[in-house]
Amino acid sequence: MPDLLAPFAYDYMVKAIWVSALVGAVCAFLSAYLMLKGWSLIGDALGHAVVPGVAGAYMLGLPYAVGAFFAGGLAAAAMVLVRQRTRLREDAVIGIVFTSFFALGLFMVSLNPTAVDVQSIVLGNILGISDADVVQVMIISLVSLAVLLAKWKDLMLVFFDENHARTVGLNPRALQILFFALLAACTVAALQTVGSILVIAMVVTPGATAYLLTDRFQVLLVLAVLLGAVTAALGAYVSFFLDGATGGIIVTLQTALFLLAFFFAPKHGRFAARRRALATREAN
Amino acid sequence: MNLAATVPDEAWNPVALPSLRVEGVTVVYPNGNVALREASFSLGAGTIAGLVGVNGSGKSTLFKSIMGFVRPSAGRVEISGMSVQQALKQNIIAYVPQAEEVDWNFPVLVEDVVMMGRQGHMGFFRMPSARDRALVDTALERVGMTEYRKRQIGELSGGQKKRVFLARALAQEGRIILLDEPFTGVDVKTETAIIELMRELRASGHLMLVSTHNLGSVPDFCDQVVLVNRTVLAAGPTADVFTQDNLEKAFGGVLRHFHLGGSDLHDDGDARRVTVLTDDERPVVFYGEHNTSRPASPTPREEK
Repeated sequence: MPDLLAPFAYDYMVKAIWVSALVGAVCAFLSAYLMLKGWSLIGDALGHAVVPGVAGAYMLGLPYAVGAFFAGGLAAAAMVLVRQRTRLREDAVIGIVFTSFFALGLFMVSLNPTAVDVQSIVLGNILGISDADVVQVMIISLVSLAVLLAKWKDLMLVFFDENHARTVGLNPRALQILFFALLAACTVAALQTVGSILVIAMVVTPGATAYLLTDRFQVLLVLAVLLGAVTAALGAYVSFFLDGATGGIIVTLQTALFLLAFFFAPKHGRFAARRRALATREAN
Repeated sequence: MNLAATVPDEAWNPVALPSLRVEGVTVVYPNGNVALREASFSLGAGTIAGLVGVNGSGKSTLFKSIMGFVRPSAGRVEISGMSVQQALKQNIIAYVPQAEEVDWNFPVLVEDVVMMGRQGHMGFFRMPSARDRALVDTALERVGMTEYRKRQIGELSGGQKKRVFLARALAQEGRIILLDEPFTGVDVKTETAIIELMRELRASGHLMLVSTHNLGSVPDFCDQVVLVNRTVLAAGPTADVFTQDNLEKAFGGVLRHFHLGGSDLHDDGDARRVTVLTDDERPVVFYGEHNTSRPASPTPREEK
């Protein structure tokens, strides 16, 4: 029987647990919006696209968030440009742009392997996070959470009905830009915890799971944030015992909860649907 | 029906008598397509105006420029003497979208959607006040959707879906209401209810602009008609504008169009004939000697 409190005796574990929870919460907040618009892949794209920025920042000794944000913005602009100037469909544009950025990132890393640890970018390294990085992640997460708490209703309106949002005096374009700026920032924060490959799960799965559990956006937000925070904290905690990659464990936990909801959700789960189908058949 | 409850609170209401002026509006899309050329018309308070034209004639472009979504490359839109941006900030315009524009899987309940109408009136944190809640209740009551308020919007019938968005426009207290194809996919009962509601709103001074291709019902409920085909062909009182000649101009070659007259219709030498213009379930029927005859409608025509 392992000592269940053992992880809390280590500073790095305590830090890993609460930083993960914070990042998990804010990513989950964004996931509630992202998956409703069919924009989930944009999260994936951003996760990959920031890699060259992070690599460059490490090489130049800058805070990695600066580089990541720069690369993310560049990738977003590239996507918009290619989309407007060609007849290519969105998924093709996203695919081309994010793989090019990712490839460029890997190339930059390979040029200077000592300065950048490719594994910590791609797979995350929350257990070994430096204090400077903790500060960056905290600032990003807390600022994003504060903005979201103030603007969640306006964002909901823009995502639901842009025309109506305009008639109540909102500026949909500005709010969309705000949302994607937050998304880019949180993707960068999540790089530390789960790595660039699994960022997509952090910004999609909690929202998707919550969507199966409720018909109300405000409830969906609360559920998603809880799911995101708890799975991230628990994943970091469990990784102490399993000695495995934290990112992998966090995302596996999120997937497990998604599957539970998929089968057992009271209204939108498979079993509930089956019961309803049977009930209507008997009624007829 | 308590009319007093429908007249907006004077405290915020910036325009008791709304007006809309579209002046020489030209809209060119980035791909060079001219969607509207020098469109002009104006409407006043207490009006139900039909915006009539084929698909692609610029009806939605016109809506978009009234809502400030597209900026005209020439001309201007004036709302109660204000620019569109100013009017939007004051919640003067409410919009009832087409059913296809709405994401029916979005996790919102009926009452949540109606509350969205109040959002522009709320403070920084968007917390609904007691008055906001009361207005949502009244709006739901007026469209007969109170018992469905806890339903997710995708679980409603076509007519009920439409009513929810009408209730949102009511809750918003917009003085100008734009309705985009409100009768598409709607049962007859809802159609009648919508028309009834629009008449009540007209009586309390609202200005409604209703885009529709449902020609048959236009003379029933519209007192003004704006005919569009890449520009405004004609605008004015229904009796003057909604004529066979004008409709043929607006719909040239697009509508099913047949005459019934002579010995097919009359035993004597009566020169009058029946003309049916239709593009869908409700045709418009004319009866008379010339192309200038008024539409013959199954229900009493608007007298105005």
